[in-house]
Amino acid sequence: MILFTIGVVGVLIRRNAIIVFMCIELMLNSVNLLLVAFSKMHALSPVAKASPTFASDAQVFVFFIMVVAAAEVTVGLALIVMLYRNTHSVDVNFLNRLKY
Amino acid sequence: MSNMKLLILLIPVLPLIGFMITGLGRNVLSKSLSGFIGSVVVLASLVISFMAFLQVRESGSILATYFDFINIHNLHIAFDFFIDPLTSIFLLVITGVGFLIHVYSIGYMHEESSKDFSKYFSFLNLFVFSMLLLVIANNFAVMYIGWEGVGLCSYLLIGYWFKNPEYTSAGKKAFVMNRIGDFGFLLAVFWVISRLGTTSFSEVFTAESLAKLSQSDITGITLLLFLGATAKSAQLPLYTWLPDAMAGPTPVSALIHAATMVTAGVYLIARSNVWYTMAPFTQGVIAVVSIATMLLAASIALKQNDIKKVLAYSTVSQLGYMFLALSVGAYTAAVFHVMTHAFFKALLFLGAGSVIHAMGGEQDMQGMGGLKSRLKITHITMLIACLAIAGIPPLSGFFSKDEILSASFMKSPMLWGLGVFGALLTAFYMFRLYAMTFLGKFRGSSEQEANLHESPLSMTLPLLVLAGLSIVGGFIGIPEAIMSGAHQLGDFLAPVFAPSAKLMGPHTVSHNTEYILMAVSAIVAIAAMIVAWNKFSKYTIGNEKDSAFGTVLRNKWYVDEFYEKIIVQPLKSISRFFNNTIDIKGIDGVVNGVGSVVQYASRQLRYLQSGQIGGYVLLMVLGFIALLIIQLFL
Repeated sequence: MILFTIGVVGVLIRRNAIIVFMCIELMLNSVNLLLVAFSKMHALSPVAKASPTFASDAQVFVFFIMVVAAAEVTVGLALIVMLYRNTHSVDVNFLNRLKY
Repeated sequence: MSNMKLLILLIPVLPLIGFMITGLGRNVLSKSLSGFIGSVVVLASLVISFMAFLQVRESGSILATYFDFINIHNLHIAFDFFIDPLTSIFLLVITGVGFLIHVYSIGYMHEESSKDFSKYFSFLNLFVFSMLLLVIANNFAVMYIGWEGVGLCSYLLIGYWFKNPEYTSAGKKAFVMNRIGDFGFLLAVFWVISRLGTTSFSEVFTAESLAKLSQSDITGITLLLFLGATAKSAQLPLYTWLPDAMAGPTPVSALIHAATMVTAGVYLIARSNVWYTMAPFTQGVIAVVSIATMLLAASIALKQNDIKKVLAYSTVSQLGYMFLALSVGAYTAAVFHVMTHAFFKALLFLGAGSVIHAMGGEQDMQGMGGLKSRLKITHITMLIACLAIAGIPPLSGFFSKDEILSASFMKSPMLWGLGVFGALLTAFYMFRLYAMTFLGKFRGSSEQEANLHESPLSMTLPLLVLAGLSIVGGFIGIPEAIMSGAHQLGDFLAPVFAPSAKLMGPHTVSHNTEYILMAVSAIVAIAAMIVAWNKFSKYTIGNEKDSAFGTVLRNKWYVDEFYEKIIVQPLKSISRFFNNTIDIKGIDGVVNGVGSVVQYASRQLRYLQSGQIGGYVLLMVLGFIALLIIQLFL
């Protein structure tokens, strides 16, 4: 939760696009951590014993999230690169032309 | 039997086909071709109707079911036709007189352009189709199609010369008046459905169905149906459309007034005769309305100078007779009078058309006179028609009128007295018309005099045929008093009216009384005829002085003006009120108000879209937190 909150606040207050991006990654990884931790914690519960895949479900999810995050990083970094090329800046507040 | 079923279907469908051919092909068909098609389809219907008539006569009524027309929940209305003696008589009259009018129209309308000519014939065919559907239907729903159809066609035909605004407004008047009646008819049908769950004629008039209806049901239904009939058959208070309907071409007037539309109301009541016999209150209403209509219309006819207007009011008055017969339970007499009236009134209109044709469009009788020697055939046939409508024995009108009068005498001598007075007026105004038109000296312009000519064969032939029918038409209903067992029409129709006859019990008037009644009505008619003959054969313009009462009559009792003041003007001011206050201020205000509120709100909300990504994310996070709190704590 702490990591997640740091990520959210980071997205909200930082203006550098790369930092914002890292904060997003931070949020994703905090969720990953949470999933793995809960998975381990609940692995011994009676519900988990009844269903053979129950214990590993969360860990499989984490792998998926990591794959998606990797893909997202490539797209996101590409966007930032293009952004810098066009505006010579990575300040997100600079990009406020899409409004009323 | 299936052959017969197909043939019966053809009776109304043939004119429909004719309507489509002449209507769709109006730009390509030549005049003679569309006239030919229009007439031939009606002739074919006539032939089939005659076959059906023979079949009915030999082996009783025919019922032919084609398909399910309406099928909802437990309401099943089939599309079926039913031919019983009553229907077969009407079929013959409609197709027979209709055919003659088609033939006549070929001659009468020859000056129209070929496109308008085809249009005219297509309307005429559609009219015949609607009317045939009306009488051949076996339930109120299918009948209603025809009922509306004739209303529509009358509008189309009355407003046929639509470039004249006066004529179009006459058409509109007919349509609106008919709508008022249709509304009554429709309510009655709904009432029947809600009580009996069926509209089929073969079911609603049976003893079981009648047992399901309370007395107030029957009275209500019959009154509503009668409202429908007053509009279609031009009774008080809805008759005013009919005299205005003279705006249409003359053959149309003949078709509407003689053979078809106006008899629809009579047919409707004759068809529902059982109900009417069981509703004495409605019968009383009909009696009062019919007598009032008859006398009012006859008195107006005394002072009209337009030849067609006289005939129009005489139609209204004769319809009053038919309803008088219906109100006293003499259904056979009513149908008999419908039939004879179809012959002589069609003849009168067509004769008047022939006169107008010869006079080059002149309709005012003040400008006529002395046409006797110039229009020989027209003159003879018109004379026969006048004698017939005036009830001079032994022409057809005498028998039917006498039957009505003797039936009303049995009910109450007062009805009879008023009926005879009506007959007197009838004889008087008919011979006023005859004398002003054919006797005396010619009063028109010399140009008109030079152009006077007898009409072509296609016009005179129908006149001759109808004249023949007007003479012999009465012999199918010779009263018992003169020759026993000679009332063939009565015997033929007896099965249709049997349930009513059973309810009413035997009724006979002694032969001596009947002789006296006949003699009185005949003498009265002849006397009125002679007076009118003498008075108007020496007519010159302006020698007819109007008394105060005469002015009232000439102005048609100011009924139109009265309606204008009482109904039309208040309605107009109410509409103006609705338009200016409720519609523009109320409804438009609400609609526009909603629109401007939305516009204003969105203009304010727009500023939330700031373009700052951080702002969006913040709102999103706040939203999530709010959702979380709701989920967890509320």
